Amino acid sequence: MTMKYKDNPQAVADLVRPAEVHRDLYIDDEVFALEMKHLFASTWVYVGHESQVPNAGDYFATDVAAQPILLARHTDGEVYVLHNRCPHKGTKIVIDRTGNTGKFFRCPYHAWSFRTNGKLLAIPLKKGYKDTGFEQSEAGQSGLPPVGAVKNYRGFIFVRMNQEGISFEEFFGGSLSSLDNMVDRSPVGKLEVAGPPLRYMHNCNWKMLVDNQTDTCHPMVAHESSAGTAVEIWESIEKDENTKTPMAMEVIAPFMSPYEFFEDMGIRTWPNGHGHTGVHHSIHSDYSAIPGYLEMMVEAYGEERAKAILGENRHNTVYFPNIMIKGPIQQLRVFIPLAANKTLVESYIFRLVDAPDMLLERTAMYNRLINAPTSIVGHDDLEMYERAQEGLHSQELEWVNVQRLYDADEDLDEEAVENGTTERQMRNQFHAWKKFVVASMEAEARDLTDA
Amino acid sequence: MTLPTRDDLIDFVYHEARVIDEGRFDEWLELWGSDSYYWMPLDYQQDNPKNMTSLMYEDAFLRKLRVERLNGLRTFSQKPKSRCSHVLNRPSIEAFDPKAGQFITRTAVHYVETRLDDQFLLAATVHHHFEMVEDELKIKLKRVDLLNCDAAFGNIQLFI
Repeated sequence: MTMKYKDNPQAVADLVRPAEVHRDLYIDDEVFALEMKHLFASTWVYVGHESQVPNAGDYFATDVAAQPILLARHTDGEVYVLHNRCPHKGTKIVIDRTGNTGKFFRCPYHAWSFRTNGKLLAIPLKKGYKDTGFEQSEAGQSGLPPVGAVKNYRGFIFVRMNQEGISFEEFFGGSLSSLDNMVDRSPVGKLEVAGPPLRYMHNCNWKMLVDNQTDTCHPMVAHESSAGTAVEIWESIEKDENTKTPMAMEVIAPFMSPYEFFEDMGIRTWPNGHGHTGVHHSIHSDYSAIPGYLEMMVEAYGEERAKAILGENRHNTVYFPNIMIKGPIQQLRVFIPLAANKTLVESYIFRLVDAPDMLLERTAMYNRLINAPTSIVGHDDLEMYERAQEGLHSQELEWVNVQRLYDADEDLDEEAVENGTTERQMRNQFHAWKKFVVASMEAEARDLTDA
Repeated sequence: MTLPTRDDLIDFVYHEARVIDEGRFDEWLELWGSDSYYWMPLDYQQDNPKNMTSLMYEDAFLRKLRVERLNGLRTFSQKPKSRCSHVLNRPSIEAFDPKAGQFITRTAVHYVETRLDDQFLLAATVHHHFEMVEDELKIKLKRVDLLNCDAAFGNIQLFI
């Protein structure tokens, strides 16, 4: 196969125009390999939450940039993020998703062992390597190698696979305010993962899911069958003044809000591809108050600060490249790219430590009603993505449009708040995609030339 | 008060599966008692449907919503419609206590769902908890434990 994009940063740059992107971003295997190597390795990617590894020896295994990764709690209390690959023959050190390894990892193949910070501990029958130059080999030196850089931000663990690159603070900038709001909603400023994530396989490109997070013109169309039907059923039920709106209705009905609701809610974008819907209000604004919660928050933060925290009702915040969080309901979704046409979506929920249980009950309900493989809302989203993944194979049309409320003067390197139906955040993501992929490809080309 | 027989419980389980397989979902809604739930846990041996995510935990309102949606004109993920087939092992009676009003069956199920060119198989253990409502047997809780509850799934659109 001839390589169209490899070693050709200009061809890659040409795939992203200001208000449209080429279909190869979604369907081309070569582009997929390039974005794993250049985008996912050079940006800060979410791995997991520290509450998934509370005790020394706890580990959690996942994939980052299509590579096997391990998150482990060491005896010093620190969380280490390591490559899940024995330096000997390549065997994955752990194969289950979560567990406790005790004081060290032991490879099941030849019993090489490693401390939970990745350092090589022991090799059986080590005399066989005497005078072989083993100490100078990759296997003899590496242990379980750490990733390039790790940042634990208020319990959320992000990594940069590359040793060098943009700092965590510069990459996320003002967007961290959404994570802050989610954590601050606990009276003690602490979250814990609640149960396993929903795991939902999508036969589509990961960027379709990321695009969808700030697509405010689809809910009333794609989700008419679920949210619209819910509203119809509820309206047909006889009610009196004592009838309480069920929690499920509060969760699902706002999806049928009219275009004006979404226009007015606003969208904010930050540099480097991050942004959120729901600046002024959102589909989470009108949930019933949970008894006792406000009082706990006022006690913890004072009235003014507590009201400011709870008054923020951001809808979806995209942390580019591949997670979305919902601060008001403590949900985090990871869009894990597996292939150009395959994405694993994991949807986690968090318990607000020392807050009423009913908040978690609502969050768990939201997760299963909206994001489960058994969800009537999720079904229609996936249907749209998979139809698009197939439709994009038409040779007649080459571009995917992201032009809604586009202004030729827009500056995506500036924070901005705009009409809630703009596709500016999608443009922001593609702008960042191009910036990081092309910069990394050009750096690689320079390194090759220098060598 | 009329009491069910053991055979009534077993026949009910087979009947319910057939009603689903034949797409008689409005009829299926009538098989449920008051304050009843269809529960499909997400975690292996999950003991609480509320403090963590489940795949489904549906009361009468949500079950009705699902069925009405299946009948809707703009239900895009159901164009064309899914079909399903249950193969049931003979249900065993796990509890039969007329005094306490407790009737529970356990059924091993193989479930096949299809749409367009895709077809998938799920294995499940299903517990039916029954109650008598005006002399009729109704479901109080149907708990569906998927053998591979921790796997990543595509769309599962009908009822196991």
